[in-house]
Amino acid sequence: MHRRILAGDRLIAAFLVGCALFNYPLLSVFDRHAVIFELPLVYAYVFAAWAFVIGLMAWAVERRVK
Amino acid sequence: MLEAPVVITAALLYLGLLFAVAWWGDRRADQGKSIIANPTIYALSMAVYCTTWTFYGSVGRAAVSGIGFLPVYLGPTLVMALGWFVLLKMIRIVKANRITSIADFISSRYGKSHLLGGLVTVIAVVGIIPYIALQLKAMSSTVSLLLSYPEIVMPGRSATMSVAADMSFYIALILAAFTIVFGTRHLDATERHEGMVAAIALESGVKLVAFLAVGVFVTYGIYNGLGDIFEHVATHPDLRHLVSAIPSGQGYTGWFALIVLSAMALLFLPRQFQVAVVENVNEAHLKRAAWLFPLYLLLINIFVLPIALGGLLHFAGQGVDADTFVLTLPMSQRHEGLTLLVFIGGLSAGTGMVIVETIALSTMVCNDLVMPLLLRHKRQSLEESKDLSGLLLGIRRGAIVAILLLGYLYFRLAGEAYALVAIGLISFSAVAQFAPAMIGGMYWRGGTRGGALAGLAAGFVVWGYTLLLPSFAKSGWLPAAFLTQGMFGIELLRPQQLFGLSGLDEISHCLFWSLFANIGAYVGVSLLRPPMVAEATQATVFVDALKDTGQLGAVLWRGRAKVSDLQGLVGRFLGPARAQAAFAAYARRQGRGKLVTLEADAQLVQFAESLLAGAIGSASARVMVASVAKEEPLSIDEVMHILDEASQLRTYSRELERKSRELTAATLELQEANERLQELDRVKDDIMSSVTHELRTPLTSIRAFSELLRDDPKMHLADRERFLGLIVSEAERLTRLINQTLDLAKIESGRADWNGCELDLKEVVEQSIAATSQLFREKEAQVDVDLPDNLPPILADRDRLIQVMLNLLSNAVKFLAPGTGRVRVGLRALADGLEVSVTDNGPGIRPADQELIFEKFRQVGDTMTAKPSGTGLGLPISRRIVEHFGGRLWVESVPGEGATFRFTLPFAEANVEATVA
Repeated sequence: MHRRILAGDRLIAAFLVGCALFNYPLLSVFDRHAVIFELPLVYAYVFAAWAFVIGLMAWAVERRVK
Repeated sequence: MLEAPVVITAALLYLGLLFAVAWWGDRRADQGKSIIANPTIYALSMAVYCTTWTFYGSVGRAAVSGIGFLPVYLGPTLVMALGWFVLLKMIRIVKANRITSIADFISSRYGKSHLLGGLVTVIAVVGIIPYIALQLKAMSSTVSLLLSYPEIVMPGRSATMSVAADMSFYIALILAAFTIVFGTRHLDATERHEGMVAAIALESGVKLVAFLAVGVFVTYGIYNGLGDIFEHVATHPDLRHLVSAIPSGQGYTGWFALIVLSAMALLFLPRQFQVAVVENVNEAHLKRAAWLFPLYLLLINIFVLPIALGGLLHFAGQGVDADTFVLTLPMSQRHEGLTLLVFIGGLSAGTGMVIVETIALSTMVCNDLVMPLLLRHKRQSLEESKDLSGLLLGIRRGAIVAILLLGYLYFRLAGEAYALVAIGLISFSAVAQFAPAMIGGMYWRGGTRGGALAGLAAGFVVWGYTLLLPSFAKSGWLPAAFLTQGMFGIELLRPQQLFGLSGLDEISHCLFWSLFANIGAYVGVSLLRPPMVAEATQATVFVDALKDTGQLGAVLWRGRAKVSDLQGLVGRFLGPARAQAAFAAYARRQGRGKLVTLEADAQLVQFAESLLAGAIGSASARVMVASVAKEEPLSIDEVMHILDEASQLRTYSRELERKSRELTAATLELQEANERLQELDRVKDDIMSSVTHELRTPLTSIRAFSELLRDDPKMHLADRERFLGLIVSEAERLTRLINQTLDLAKIESGRADWNGCELDLKEVVEQSIAATSQLFREKEAQVDVDLPDNLPPILADRDRLIQVMLNLLSNAVKFLAPGTGRVRVGLRALADGLEVSVTDNGPGIRPADQELIFEKFRQVGDTMTAKPSGTGLGLPISRRIVEHFGGRLWVESVPGEGATFRFTLPFAEANVEATVA
């Protein structure tokens, strides 16, 4: 039971992190002409943030709580 | 190689494969060996979200607005994080109430209303039609492109052709036929299609592989990696804006609106509801899907922008539609195998969507639109018919054909003016109208049927006015003045700047106004009056779905019905054989061999209704069951009363459980206390009997000598003095006995006074030896002491400890032979305490007696010959005293070689720690 509640809280946290990362104003910080690792900054940022949120969700539901 | 016969054969083979998978899946399901009971399959089936919109349209969108194609995949990602809560609740509700579609869900929530179910169905069908048109457009244009291979010729406008010459018309018909064979072969009470889900999961795999293949081909085959493409783009002034920023036409508001819109679409699109909720096998699958499905979305989007940019660079100025880049890029390189793979991938994306969507819509049309109308107008003939399952299947098949033809019609009317994604967004905005009634219905008890009707109607009208009608206007089927000057020339009513609201793109604009009207009407009208009976009941069933409400529906039914009537009724819609099997299974679950009783109880009525609800919708099922059962209507007060009672009962039962737990604990304590009392009682009895016995001995002696003295006045003085001496010593023994008995009783009952303080054990031992020195002298015994200095203190009661020492020393003296006795007193430090030993060279104690001497009133030795000289309580008392201070007292002895009594006491610090711990 305890484990379920924790996993649920982590998912909600992932949701909130995602909401913040995917939207204005954080998005606008990366919304400019710049190149990182040969990729446009905003393109790299959105995919990196996206992968990060998915990673968070996977961690939340798959990890066994000790 | 890519001639028409090859392409067509490949397509047909692929459809055949899908069909085989579906057939196999259904067969396994019938055998109880589900192949879709797997979280990965579940996540893949959810990827039916990715249609030709994603497969072809995203690239087209990216070619215009850069990363503006992405928010419709970020929204679902966020929703999946909440899916563990929202989807779980939807799944519970759907399973408990045998709900088969969104229309059924909403109608059931607001009191099983026919009107509401019908309205939702109309909105869903009208709203989804553009989406189906999108698939037709994408599939027909890719087929025409392929047929002109190796030339790349953009397909002509369908609107200018006759229907008979239009390829998309035939595609619509083929899809209809395929869907009919696929999804409506038989009628299932739960409307689950395991085979279909298996096929959809396969299609999701195929489209992902195809898209990644073309992405890798474009990025690394035509260009030299991502960096190369972006470098090329940087040198093109008119392409640079695509890679740098959120498109200016969309802005952050538009970006945010698309995230919200797609999040709602993922929950409320009929096909998503079908695969994620209705077809869910095991709610635990949600966990894996929560990240696997978003991961799928991420993978299928990685190469969208590179393909779009590659296409723009490659086909610059050639007039190739960006929506077709995914296919035309491999075609332009004459890469036939990849071209065919892309075509199959696009076919997967399109057929997957069309199959699931039309099956979901046809269930809605049948259950929530046609059945209620038939019930109203053709009740008579329905009730006479023996088996209606054929009719139900017929209605669904008709609905599938009608929906696809409507899709085709929309494609002819408006499809040409828009890119793929723009068409899809029109549909997304339509299903977003379900959000207030759905979410409100699951979390708010106050929503009413009137509120839901008003909200849905208002939102639908605003959607139609601000998004659907403009799409006709832009295609020339409505005058352009409608857009520029507003309806009736009223500027405030311009559909895409409604009431003068400007600065938003058309999607954000529509989303704002439609949800504003929708939520406003839903909440406003709901608040006008309190919920009625059916609404209050269903509100509880839905809102409390995650709590254990038990058979609430059954509690809320009162009336009379016959089992045979109910079974007959279910049989008419599901077929008699299926009904028979279902009722028999129910009886087995209830633990009865057969349903022999004539009267059905509320639970059975509930069961029959839920069976019917799967086939004809919950509202119609309600009406049909009411027709065979004599029901007593419940008033709102009664319902509220029952609901209150149900919740009170739950509270009471929890309270009761708590009380009973407490009671058990108390009983246990009482039992222990009682046992302790009994034990004490027994000890007291033991002591009493021993004591009286022990007291009698000295008393008898005293009495006997006293009588001798009294009866013989001429006794010699010497005898007289000897007898008096005996009397005195026996009286002393008696006093000692009584004192020690009282002492022991006090210790055992825990009422003894202990004055614990830090002591130097050496000092105590020396004091005791001094006190008994007279005894040793009398026996001419020698005392050796071995007492080291500077030992750590121990914690004990000084007087008690002296009592122990005196007892041990006097015991030792007692058994010494006169003249040759030796007693050795030792003291040494152990790891955690001190040990005192008293060793004598007396007769020793037999091994068998070594524990007995610590029992009360046990004196060893031959009591027949030697008169006992102790009380038999000294050692028991000593042992208890030592044990009280955490030590141990025992004896070591070899008979004939003397005995050693030892006791230990822990150091003062260790004792303190033990007390603290």
